[in-house]
Order: sequence, then structure tokens, then C-alpha cells
Amino acid sequence: MKQVVEVKGVSAWFGSLHVLKEVSFSVHENEVVALIGPSGCGKSTLIRCLNRLHEEVQDAKISGQVFLEGQNIYGPNVDAVTIRRRVGMVFQKPNPFPGLSIFDNVAIGLKLAGVHNKAILQERVEECLMKAALWGEVKDKLKNPGLSLSGGQQQRLCIARALAVSPPVLLMDEPTSALDPLSTASIEELIAQLKKTVTIIIVTHNMQQAARISDKTAFMLNGELVEYGRTTEIFTQPRMEQTERYITGRFG
Amino acid sequence: MKLDLSFYDKKRSLKNSFALGLVGFLAILGSFPFLAVTFYVLMKGFSALDWAFITQLPKPPGEDGGGVGHAILGSFLIVSVASLIGIPWGLSIGIFMSEVKKKTPLFRILRFVLDVLVSVPSIVVGICVYVSVVVYMKAFSGFAGSLALSILMIPIIARSSEEIFKLIPDHIREAGLALGIPRWKVILKILLPGCKGALITGLMLAVARAAGETAPLLFTALSNQYWSADLTKPMASLPVQIYNFAISGFENHQRQAWAGSFVLVMFVMVLNLVTRFILRDKNHGSRN
Ligand SMILES: Nc1ncnc2c1ncn2[C@@H]1O[C@H](COP(=O)(O)OP(=O)(O)O)[C@@H](O)[C@H]1O
Ligand SMILES: [Mg+2]
Repeated sequence: MKQVVEVKGVSAWFGSLHVLKEVSFSVHENEVVALIGPSGCGKSTLIRCLNRLHEEVQDAKISGQVFLEGQNIYGPNVDAVTIRRRVGMVFQKPNPFPGLSIFDNVAIGLKLAGVHNKAILQERVEECLMKAALWGEVKDKLKNPGLSLSGGQQQRLCIARALAVSPPVLLMDEPTSALDPLSTASIEELIAQLKKTVTIIIVTHNMQQAARISDKTAFMLNGELVEYGRTTEIFTQPRMEQTERYITGRFG
Repeated sequence: MKLDLSFYDKKRSLKNSFALGLVGFLAILGSFPFLAVTFYVLMKGFSALDWAFITQLPKPPGEDGGGVGHAILGSFLIVSVASLIGIPWGLSIGIFMSEVKKKTPLFRILRFVLDVLVSVPSIVVGICVYVSVVVYMKAFSGFAGSLALSILMIPIIARSSEEIFKLIPDHIREAGLALGIPRWKVILKILLPGCKGALITGLMLAVARAAGETAPLLFTALSNQYWSADLTKPMASLPVQIYNFAISGFENHQRQAWAGSFVLVMFVMVLNLVTRFILRDKNHGSRN
């Protein structure tokens, strides 16, 4: 299988705070990879290094290499903007753009990338809302504000928004931690569907969720990648003692 | 034994009513000055307030009737041009202050200049424009007045728009960046539409403030007794006209000064109400 993301010796800092230490791993096409670990261990920082969002924080630094479909995204003359179009991101808190309609929330990525053909936009918005399992609920009110939806719907809207620019990779940072159990279940179902077309790296603090939805799991601790492997193996016979302690809840 | 708490309940509800009453009383007391000013101004100027007052030129001292139509037109032109300069300029500075990395020297200089400029007395702004524009061009002009007003508007607009942009959570910006949208487009196409309502409120306040200023116009736009829409010539304005009437000593003119004040108060109030109305309509249906 094709390697879509390859992380090689990535370290990251906030000022002098060293939060990622020489992290390396690779992700294959159409895999779902779960990132788990205690809060503050650097999970968010790691995925923000994969779409060059880390560098937007003041005083943030990064070293190492990240290959996206074979291209080093931190190579010379690589434009962060074009990289980000190929790596979608869904955040912890649903964050539709305020002041934009449901339709525009999904269309904006394409519009601002220069697509103005109404028919194409219409088709693409419908397709992405379908993929995000939201079309049925919103097809009659596409002009309403994105913020008028419920939390779970907003999060699916954000997924549709990310999918609109057709990224091969989707990053999700605890996408269900602000949602109720029903919305959480619908997002988990969605991930199972999406993995047919996109490679997904998802941060979660919910061990059952990681076990349910992921093919591989990475366990992080204090900025280091402690263990990475098949989810079934990580959860049944972890190699490292720290991993076992964490997943059995006997941590610290 | 059951504990009887009804005594405490009574005491609590008594305290509650007292606090509510006090707050209500203070609220009414707070709006009293506004109502008093409006009614007093209306009472004093009512007899001079008619159609002629807002459409005609002033009559010579002693004669009855006449109006301040030229000054209303002048104020409209001066404030419009001031807004045309001040709004884009102030907005740009506000956006810069909120969206650009905070530790550059340019940021610190701007911060300092804005802080000073907000508190500079408006007459000082008038003098500066007088010295730099009026003296240099060898003429009082409506445009010089607009310039002075725009200088007053810029820091107000910059400050309010900066605060409004800062209220937008960072994860909204990041969501835009993460879509592969360049930063400047994130600001103009995503953040700006999201806070349009609040921004407009801030802009209207600045326009209202400028419309009521007298001091910066006294030696920039000066005044004019006749109809004029030429911004390169001296131009009448409502506040300066009120000032001239008020110090003139003629009974008719003084009544007209009150009537003019009433028009000014109404303008500011209507501007506020209209913005409020528009905004309420716009935000209808959105939860945040
Ligand atoms: N913007 C920031 N500025 C400074 N330190 C930060 C910032 N964001 C996160 N950190 C620090 O970096 C470390 C890792 O954070 P994060 O990647 O968010 O952890 P996780 O997502 O695993 O909870 C934490 O110690 C956190 O306090
Ligand atoms: Mg996190």
C-alpha cells in the first residue's frame, strides 16, 4: 500500500518549551490512525505539524521532515497554502464560519481557490454534504447560517467544508469531544465511510473510540511516540509497559 | 424536627425586591439626562422648527423665519467625505492591530500613536489641519474640515474594529488557514463577514461623533452663509451654524440654534436606531 504521510524525526517547540521529540511514523493510504495519550502530551501539536499550522503560532518552531505523498512539506520553496489544500482539518470545537450560510461554509474553500462556476459549486457542495451525511438534514435550508445548526450538525458541516477541496488526508483533533453520544456515533460511522477515499489521522481521548474506528494506533507520552502499531495489537498485547498502563486506565 | 426556613425565604425575597427596585430606579435615572436634553432642546427650538428650517438659508438678524438647509447639506458633505477617508483607513489599522504578529516595532508605534490620538482634544486636531492644510492651501475649505473629522474618526474606528476582530476565536482563523486560504483572504472573506454587524455599529458611532464636532471645523471648513457644495471653498456645517447662531444675541437666531441642536440630536439618534434595526434583521436566525 502507498505511503501517504511519512513523519521523520519531527520535533516542535513553543518558544523554549520542547513539546515534540523526534517523532517518526508513517501512514498508508485509506488507513485510519488514532493518536492517543494523556492531555498535554503533544497530540494536537503533532497533527498541526502535518498541515503546517504549527508555524502560525507565535514563537513556534519545528524541525524534521514530513512527506505528503512523497513531497517534503517543509522543503525549500514549498508553499504552506498549497500544502494545506491537500490536508483537511477538523477541530475539537465545531467552528463553522460565522456570517456564512451552510452552502457558503462548504463552498468557500473552492470559491477562494478560484472556482466561481455556479453549477460546479452546487454539485460539489451537495456531494460533500452527502459524504458528511448532512445533506438530508440541510438540503432545504442551505441559505441559513451555518451557526443555526446543532453542535453535531455543525461538526459534520465542518467535515463537509474540509472535504470540499478534495484533500487526500484528513486530520481530526478530538472531533467528537464536544458532542453528545448520538452525534458522536454518527461521526464515527462517517469516518468508516470516509476512509474509503481519504486517509484519516484522528486524535481522541476516548479509548473505546480509538479501538472502534482505527486501523492503527499511536500512543504518545510527553512529546514522544511511545508505541505505534495495529490497533488490535496495541489494545490486546502492547509491547511497552506505559502503553498498557494507559489503555487499562492505570496510568500515573 | 423539621427546620422552618420560611423566615429566611421572606427575608431573601425582600432583599431581592429591594435590589431590583434600586437597579430599576438607577436605570431610569441614567436615561434621564438624555430625555431631559432632548425635551429641553425641543422645547426651546420647537417654534423655529418647520420645513423652511431644514430647506432655506438663514434670514438676516431680526427677520423671522429662514433656516439652516445649507448647513445640513454642508454637514452631510463634510461628514461623508470624512467617512470615505476615515472608515477604510481606520478599519485597515484596526485589522492590522488585531491580525498581525504583535511584537514588531511598527505594532508598538501604532499602539502608542492610537492611544495618544484617541485622547487628543478635537480642537487640537483642528489646529493641526489649519496649520498644515488651510495655511498651506491659503484657503478654508470643506475638504480641510473633512480631513480634521477623519483624523478624529480614525483612532475610534481602529480601536473598535481591533476589539471586534480580537473577539473572533483563533480556531476560526485556523479553520480558514487549514483550508488552504491565504491569511489576507481569511481576514477579508471569512473574518470580516463574520463580524460585519458589530463593525458597522462601531463605524456608526464614529460617524455620529464626527457629525457633532464643532471645534475641528471652526478653522478648517469655517462656515458659509450661502448654499455651497464645493469642497474647496469654505462650507457651512450644522454644529458651526449652531455655534454662530448661539453667540449672535438675536432672539430669532437663538431659537434657531436650539432647533439646530434638536436636528443634530435626532440625526445621531436615528443613526443609532437605524443601525440597530438593520443589525437585528441581519442576525436573525443565527445562534451566536
Ligand atoms: N499555543 C501554545 N503556546 C504555548 N504552549 C502551548 C500552546 N499550545 C500547546 N502548548 C503546550 O504544548 C504541549 C502540548 O500541547 P498539545 O499538543 O495541545 O497537547 P494535547 O493535544 O496532547 O493535549 C502542552 O504542554 C501545552 O501546554
Ligand atoms: Mg489537543
